Amino acid sequence: MEETVIQARALTKEFVRDEFHIVALQDVDIDIHKGEFVALMGPSGSGKSTLLHLIAAMDYATGGEIRVLGEDLRALSDREIARWRNRNVGFIFQQFNLIPVLTALENVELPLKLTNLNERERFAHATTALKLVGLGDRLGHFPRQLSGGQEQRVAIARAIVTDPALILADEPTGNLDAASAQEVLSILSRLNKEYGKTIVMVTHDAHAARSATKIRHLEKGALLPEGQLPAD
Amino acid sequence: MAIPLSYNLRNLVVRKTTTIMTALGIALTVAVLLSILALVDGLRTAFTASGNPLHVLVMRKGSDSELTSNFTRTGYQDLKFKAGIARNKAGEPMASLEIVTVINLPSISNPDGSNVTLRGLSPIGIEMREGIRISTGRWFETGKREVVVGRSIAARFPASALGRKLRFGRGEWEVVGIMDAGKSANNSEIFADLNQVSSDFQRTEVLSAALVRAADAVTAAALVNDINSDQRLNMGARSEVEYYDSQTSSALPVQFLGMFISAIMAIGSSFAAMNTMYAAVARRAREIGTLRVLGFSRGSILFSFFVESVVLALFGGVLGCLLVLPLSGVTTGMSNFVTFSEIAFDFSIGLPIMATGVAFAVILGALGGFFPARMASKKEILVALREV
Repeated sequence: MEETVIQARALTKEFVRDEFHIVALQDVDIDIHKGEFVALMGPSGSGKSTLLHLIAAMDYATGGEIRVLGEDLRALSDREIARWRNRNVGFIFQQFNLIPVLTALENVELPLKLTNLNERERFAHATTALKLVGLGDRLGHFPRQLSGGQEQRVAIARAIVTDPALILADEPTGNLDAASAQEVLSILSRLNKEYGKTIVMVTHDAHAARSATKIRHLEKGALLPEGQLPAD
Repeated sequence: MAIPLSYNLRNLVVRKTTTIMTALGIALTVAVLLSILALVDGLRTAFTASGNPLHVLVMRKGSDSELTSNFTRTGYQDLKFKAGIARNKAGEPMASLEIVTVINLPSISNPDGSNVTLRGLSPIGIEMREGIRISTGRWFETGKREVVVGRSIAARFPASALGRKLRFGRGEWEVVGIMDAGKSANNSEIFADLNQVSSDFQRTEVLSAALVRAADAVTAAALVNDINSDQRLNMGARSEVEYYDSQTSSALPVQFLGMFISAIMAIGSSFAAMNTMYAAVARRAREIGTLRVLGFSRGSILFSFFVESVVLALFGGVLGCLLVLPLSGVTTGMSNFVTFSEIAFDFSIGLPIMATGVAFAVILGALGGFFPARMASKKEILVALREV
């Protein structure tokens, strides 16, 4: 039996902005299993990023249920969620979000500061992660000394350094040229195929989505049935 | 484990202009505070060094200073044979009848003249002050219009240079020596022969006070009690240490003013630090969001930004200490409101004072950094990530 990593039922997110009631996500049911690489696609405002944020417990649903890695995230305190996220989730941002004053190695080491590893072990883990993304020779470089593609690879190394079960990527190729985007997608594919990582990737790009093993579309906050494309 | 300190330190370096400006503001506040503390400490040191615990000062009952006291020669005769008064090698009681008055001399900082304490005393009075030595010249001779000036007087009053003549009383007095009284207030005095001074100031019978030395500390306390309760003598006695200690109050107005200015500046510096940290939090909102996503708790974020503010203030504090350090040992003078004359003393900037300055800066940093750090920790992840 396949192990379910993400299970959402009637997941809803509503909010009020400038007196307008907005439904960002409505009654979403989804199951994502271990080892899957799922691409979430849809036009802007379709709710794909909202779903990703709810999975990462960066935001809270206003209705429905969500269990990630068997954990009901609403039952956890703020501090427990922070710890849970550190152990179980690697997040990749569109804008890379590296800390500009830290080197590539230090950026990758950051999540390990919250573990029990000693300095030498942290260094070893971070170095391994950076070598895995092909940046073993850029350990001491600051983000400003790297290209966009290299920055995103450092961000991937940072996301995988704690060996999380789940990797979440929000438009990881959105700020990259075609060649760099392909490198990043190759790394994600490799992480999925060779290391069995469960990956959920939000993307606009149909080419990027083809790297995934499954594509799901969202439209106006609703998750379309598998295989169904938006009307537009 | 917390967010690494290198993250904060490097951020301070990256925005070095803001860091330096804020640190300078804190440094100036610390420098003002330290200057005041150094001044008060220097004054206190001068007064503390002046009192000998075995010495008992006898003045008219109710007098707070030798200047306003009077003491007759008859009273002195009754006093000097009291039990408990130590004797010198020659067997004489160690009791010194003295006259204290003020004369006006033009100083470097005040050409119109400042009051200076003139002390008339006999050889036994000099003998009792073992801490004083002649650094240049010689002691005055009895029966002559000769004076010995304190080291600070010589430095601050050009007219009192060795060999020069000072005009006061009924004639001119030759400066025959300069005395070094260590750190004591005697450095700000002029010593001359008791009888010559009393004669010139027409106070041959009614002088100012008497200084006596007790055989030991226990006897000193008993001597004070004995003199105070002696109805026939009708004089007041207190230990010399206590007498000089009470004169530290001369620094109170300056101390109050200095503290007031420091407090106002501290509020300004604290707001500057706060402003800097608010700007840092705003500029690094996305980093804060990222750190939260990586698993750092709100507490870690608060602590990190709080520490950054404290480190910034610490830098300002150290800078403030360095700014004020050249003042250490510099001699200054201020009016002693007890003796109505100028007292010279050295700014004293020791480790405790510098530690106070650094601690003060840290408090400023903590006050200025807490609210921005709290704001950083309260940011919702998504809101922080969306900020540019």
